[in-house]
Amino acid sequence: MMMINIAGLVLISLIIWWFWLYKPKAVDAAIDNEIKIVVNNGIYQPARIKIKAGQQTVLQFIRKDSSPCAAMVIFPHVDISEELPLDIDKSVLLPPMTLGEYPFHCQMQMYQGTLIVE
Amino acid sequence: MNELKDNFAGAKIAAKSCHPDESHAAHFNQELIIEGAGCASCVGKIEKALIAVAGVKQATMNFVLRTVSVTGNVDTKTLIKAVESIGYNAKATSDSGDEQLLNEKEQAEQKYYQRLMRQMWTALGLGIPLMLYSIAGGPMTVATIFERGVWFTVGLFCAGIMYFSGKHFYVGAWKSFVNHSANMDTLIALGTGTAWLYSMVVVFFPLALPEMARHVYFEATAMIIGLINLGLALEVKARGRTSEAIKRLIGLQTKTARVVRDKKEINIAIEQVLLNDIVRIRPGEKIPVDGIVTQGHTSIDESMLTGEPMPVKKAVGDEVVTGTLNKSGSILFKATRIGKDTALAQIINMVKRAQNSKPPIGRLADMIAAYFVPVIMIIAIVSALAWLNFGPDPAIAFAVISATTVLIIACPCALGLATPMSVMVGIGKAAEAGVLIRNGEALQTASKITAMILDKTGTITEGAPKVTDFIIVDNSYSENEMLTLVASLERGSEHPLAQAIVESAIERDLDLENVSDFLAITGHGVSATFKTQQLLFGNQKLMLENGIALNNFVEQAQALADEAKTPMYFAIDNTLAAIIAVSDPIKKDSISAIKRLQKNGIRVVMITGDNNATALAVAKKVGITEVFAEVLPQDKSRKVAELQAQDEIVGMTGDGINDAPALALANVGFAIGTGTDVAIESADITLMRGSLHGLADAIAISKATLRNIKQNLFGAFIYNVAGVPFAAGVLYPFFGILLNPVIAGAAMAFSSLTVVSNANRLRFFKAKDH
Repeated sequence: MMMINIAGLVLISLIIWWFWLYKPKAVDAAIDNEIKIVVNNGIYQPARIKIKAGQQTVLQFIRKDSSPCAAMVIFPHVDISEELPLDIDKSVLLPPMTLGEYPFHCQMQMYQGTLIVE
Repeated sequence: MNELKDNFAGAKIAAKSCHPDESHAAHFNQELIIEGAGCASCVGKIEKALIAVAGVKQATMNFVLRTVSVTGNVDTKTLIKAVESIGYNAKATSDSGDEQLLNEKEQAEQKYYQRLMRQMWTALGLGIPLMLYSIAGGPMTVATIFERGVWFTVGLFCAGIMYFSGKHFYVGAWKSFVNHSANMDTLIALGTGTAWLYSMVVVFFPLALPEMARHVYFEATAMIIGLINLGLALEVKARGRTSEAIKRLIGLQTKTARVVRDKKEINIAIEQVLLNDIVRIRPGEKIPVDGIVTQGHTSIDESMLTGEPMPVKKAVGDEVVTGTLNKSGSILFKATRIGKDTALAQIINMVKRAQNSKPPIGRLADMIAAYFVPVIMIIAIVSALAWLNFGPDPAIAFAVISATTVLIIACPCALGLATPMSVMVGIGKAAEAGVLIRNGEALQTASKITAMILDKTGTITEGAPKVTDFIIVDNSYSENEMLTLVASLERGSEHPLAQAIVESAIERDLDLENVSDFLAITGHGVSATFKTQQLLFGNQKLMLENGIALNNFVEQAQALADEAKTPMYFAIDNTLAAIIAVSDPIKKDSISAIKRLQKNGIRVVMITGDNNATALAVAKKVGITEVFAEVLPQDKSRKVAELQAQDEIVGMTGDGINDAPALALANVGFAIGTGTDVAIESADITLMRGSLHGLADAIAISKATLRNIKQNLFGAFIYNVAGVPFAAGVLYPFFGILLNPVIAGAAMAFSSLTVVSNANRLRFFKAKDH
């Protein structure tokens, strides 16, 4: 039983590390200045995007998931929400932002991404 | 929108003159997305390549958005080829018109719905018979070789179901997992996967488990997948209804227009209408683009945009607006705004944006939703461990059931949907009533307003004052001579009262004179010189400051003010010459609308630059007891701040032009009576019709929407807060109750549907006491 309990606690630690503590590498929009984000299967790909502080950025979204959950992308900090048509590119223009990490997500927060402003 | 326009990096390039045959050809705008344009120098190259295409009139590239807007009579394929020929890639954008986008969206949703229903029936096709078998007392255990064989076959069928009906959950869960995120798919995949995997362990290694724990849960896996697909399908349908208001607005746009070209009237597609085209409208037709009437007169029903039920008369020089309905006459009008620039397109754009914005009340739910799924996974593990450590036999079976049920019952979707669905319906409903709410925050604050400041002129009154009294003091001038001088003086003023005087002179066919040294003294009046005469026109303060004796005429002026008229003094060479009174009639429904506001517990205050006596007289007529009179335009915002300092949540209602600072400072700024002009940046809420009932409607809709959001949030919170511990089995030690995973699946599937349906109830909201 002890082993099972330890295994359970390890699993809990792994969940905390994997979903909250681990920060996957971000894609740099400044290098690849035509960054395209694919919206499919419950995720934004890429989901972590580096952008430059103090300048406008354009993100190109392409939605492949026909579920209505995927239909909207929201950038709450800059009050931008855009409808993403199915299988068609959609450009989203972001205003200049200050340093920090800003989440973006779908209406229900099931699709989640992060903008890292540097 | 303006922001986007400002961002256009490319300059407009004039069309080449080598296409002379196109002067009357059909031209329309289209937009392409350009790929591979990495530097600003590409802009000129791409624009030049497009201009060189026969038929292109204009090409403008937006480097920031990587889009190019092309005007001309040429098909998209040719344009794409031209861009590709110089080494870039191009494709048509999604900007193919609201109606087309909406149709595409509806078709995609219909396909998605049908797919979900197919998947649902397939899963329930296995799940229902298995569940009935279980309810009828059929053994769901594995004891004999035969049973192992049967359940193995069922397990394989179940795996097939998981692939056909639940593949999207598993793929979504896996992709999220490798991206370090978790969502609803994760929970469903883990829940159903655990149940299936445990059942297969029972089938393959029954002896490894205690006898009581040799139970299979294939029916749970199939039923949960079926029910969640059903929930999603019904949610797609219900969501469609939440955007009815925007569909109705989009539906107001006509597909064709009848324009006069080469002295002939021809029917053309709406995209081909150009600025300055002359458009023919016959009775019963909808206005296809915005314009100004050039011939004929008619009455037009604008209720679909402004909520104003009475048709509006239109004659030469009047504006007509896209989507409104021509009732009686036949008119010609000149197109002044087309495509995305029409008032209707701007309204649609604004409503869409507002519908997708979130009020602050939703932030807590958002924060919870962001951490929700991993927390539920942890709770499921803790619950399983608790059963294994402290549960009765068969502890392992109880552990699996509780973990599965916790994973399945938790519904982050209900939390996530609670706010946006209500905002979507509420803001759409407001738009139907001619109330444009800028965003979710304005909606939320409007519901909490405790004090409302109403500007007098143009808000409570018609804003079209008329000269009512003329008292001559200096008899050496006739009334017409005096009016000529005053009107000549006031011609340079922008004040609405000045306009009334000029109009009065025009009505009497008086020829106005030229004055010199014109000076507008804000809040007081105007002065100028005519030949050698010094003219002064304004309020009592202006006269006193210039040392002009008013004698007992002050009493006469006071008497006029007591009748809600605005008396003004006219002095020639520092001697009082006349008193002219102007009156601005009160709008017919101002009194009832103000009563409505007061009945809702709102402190109504009137603000005006007008003199105290007139202001009090108007206030008395409309039932307002608190008045800020003789307030200079720049001081209006100070009055807003004064009320805010008294802990009031202040709404300010004005025309949106002179009141901009006050509107911006107020907790909610309302711009009123601007008809279909929606370009009011300083207002949080724009009332498209002049009636103050729009104000009461806006507040009522905001309150109803907030109430709806609170119901949704409460429901979603309670559902999860009560459901998850119940699923984990907290009631088992006391009452011996443990939730069945299938019931949890049904509850989860319908929880988000309940939220969407509750939001849909707002569609039937009607403002009371109208």
